[in-house]
Amino acid sequence: MSDQAIIDYILHLGDNALILGHRNSEWTGHGPILEQDIALSNIALDLIGQARYYYQYASHRINEDEQAPRPVPGHERIPVTEDVLAYFRDAWDFRNCLLVEQGNGHWGKTVLRQFFFSAYQFELYGVLRHSRDSQLAAIAEKSLKEVTYHLRWSGEWVIRLGDGTEESHTRMEEAMTDLWKFTGEFFLPADYEKTLTLPGIAVDLATIRPAWDHKVGEVLKTAGLEKKEGERMQKGGKQGKHTESLGYLLAEMQFLQRAYPGCEW
Amino acid sequence: MPSAIETGFQQKIDQDIRIEPKDWMPEAYRKTLIRQISQHAHSEIVGMLPEANWITRAPSLRRKATLIAKVQDEAGHGLYLYAAAETLGIDRDEMIEQLHQGKAKYSSIFNYPTLTWADMGAIGWLVDGAAIMNQVPLCRASYGPYARAMVRICKEESFHQRQGFEILLVLSRGNESQRRMCQDAIDRWWWPSVMMFGPNDDASPHTAQSMQWKIKRFSNDDLRQRFIDVCTEQVKLLGMRLPDPDLVWNEARQHYDFGPIDWNEFRDVINGNGPCNKERLAARVQAHADGAWVREAALAHAQKNIQREKAA
Amino acid sequence: MTGTQHISADKSSWPLWEIFIRSKQGLDHKHVGSLHAADAAMAIENARDVYTRRMEGVSIWVVESRYIHASNPDEADSFYDPANDKVYRHPTFYDLPDELKHM
Repeated sequence: MSDQAIIDYILHLGDNALILGHRNSEWTGHGPILEQDIALSNIALDLIGQARYYYQYASHRINEDEQAPRPVPGHERIPVTEDVLAYFRDAWDFRNCLLVEQGNGHWGKTVLRQFFFSAYQFELYGVLRHSRDSQLAAIAEKSLKEVTYHLRWSGEWVIRLGDGTEESHTRMEEAMTDLWKFTGEFFLPADYEKTLTLPGIAVDLATIRPAWDHKVGEVLKTAGLEKKEGERMQKGGKQGKHTESLGYLLAEMQFLQRAYPGCEW
Repeated sequence: MPSAIETGFQQKIDQDIRIEPKDWMPEAYRKTLIRQISQHAHSEIVGMLPEANWITRAPSLRRKATLIAKVQDEAGHGLYLYAAAETLGIDRDEMIEQLHQGKAKYSSIFNYPTLTWADMGAIGWLVDGAAIMNQVPLCRASYGPYARAMVRICKEESFHQRQGFEILLVLSRGNESQRRMCQDAIDRWWWPSVMMFGPNDDASPHTAQSMQWKIKRFSNDDLRQRFIDVCTEQVKLLGMRLPDPDLVWNEARQHYDFGPIDWNEFRDVINGNGPCNKERLAARVQAHADGAWVREAALAHAQKNIQREKAA
Repeated sequence: MTGTQHISADKSSWPLWEIFIRSKQGLDHKHVGSLHAADAAMAIENARDVYTRRMEGVSIWVVESRYIHASNPDEADSFYDPANDKVYRHPTFYDLPDELKHM
């Protein structure tokens, strides 16, 4: 199978984790109460940790394979590292789903975004830990415990806010309006996912969809929120076609490395 | 003439027996502790902000992760300290209200801006360094919950300082821009860090009483001198200099002599006129206000569940 | 361990909980401090985040402070072992020159 496909897949998994970890980290120092500031920062750290594993693995594969196209213009001759991948790709080379790059909005939007994503990661990793690619399997296995916690934490928050006060319920309905349209993309396989599914490397997204639907349905029901059935889903992130948010996010994140290229930090 | 109970109280302290929340204590001791502990807690929380500024711009994934962890630790420290203060009969909400109203102080150092990545290094090395110097002796403070909180904090703090120094070390070995960044940050953070130890001893009326109560173990000037001595050696490893032309080893004293502190600047910043006082406080007030609906909703939901359980 | 309690009338004020952690199988739960949470599930999760950030496999008890009638245990140690994975929390992770003193 194409080595490019697997590198794309690894980057897709890593980009999801990095971008959402970055978004969550924007809350540090501004959370609604100290304890929750800490909780969300912990989740950010977990996600950034996952991203690092994926990027390190991708770097290893890219560096090992002289034939592999270098993913980063201007870095063709030096070894690719996790930081090269994070700091020197432009938005069109990021393969994260659109959901994770959405702005934080208020706390309700943040926890809803986390819930949708964690429910997806939970199912995804549940299968990925059996991947024929032993590295991916290992990363998924290692990450599953923390993802289980993310899912529980975020699901409880969706319920608290959906079934809290009138104001919190209204805000959660707004959050649903903002975010539901990005949840379809999880289950639309990119070409690289299709290529890797039969060999047992990538997860067959169709198989995890029912469990996600079920879990999300349960929590939303308890929260008194309704799925927006039939809403048109946004897509393109897995292929590098992003929303306007990502450009700003990367400009901020990558500034120092780009302003002072070639430095150790 | 002190009563038997007052004498007993002071004897406990003299014998290094901890005072615990339900023990008798003079009202002044309780009030002083509340003020001191809550101020410390506020400092940790406000102190998150200058560093949180750079999380989204951290220049490597490793630095990103360690910076988030550091700032998160500071949230935790604030939490331990608020918890310790609450054992003395004040609500966390009340303390936060005092902070937001400008009635409570916090460490002046956090009213300075973080302008470059090197500031992350300077803060870790100097600001956390100064904090550690203050905090280690407090691990033996007379009030139990305070001492225990300080033990936990000190264990986490050493990683912060090392992280800061390492950031500067890497910069000092970098290119010209990075070396300039390193020196520039040291130039801006040195004097504010020296001022963290508070006014000179002869301008600190509370010191004697606090020392008798063992909620302060060393004087401001003693700690400050120790700090300056240690940093003057450490800066050599960076190949940088501290911005004090009067720093010179005094063989007779066995300490470094140092230049005059600008106490006007200190007073200005303490009184709300530093570069970032308004922004720092505004950020905290905003976060609290923005979070009100969240806190209300969580409580409302908990109430609903209790009612449902009763009805079931 | 609780002093005089103010009951806040503020409708966004979360109750105070005392946290007890058992760090190894076979030892006792120890009081490690307190925190604010809206409900028990949140209190346990908060305790995990705040008081066990460096360790897995702990048992956590949470009790609303107002239900505790206290004597004063002398908490001698708040020491806990590092989690293998999170090395960046530990002082030994940083490569600093040997000549560096006092850190």
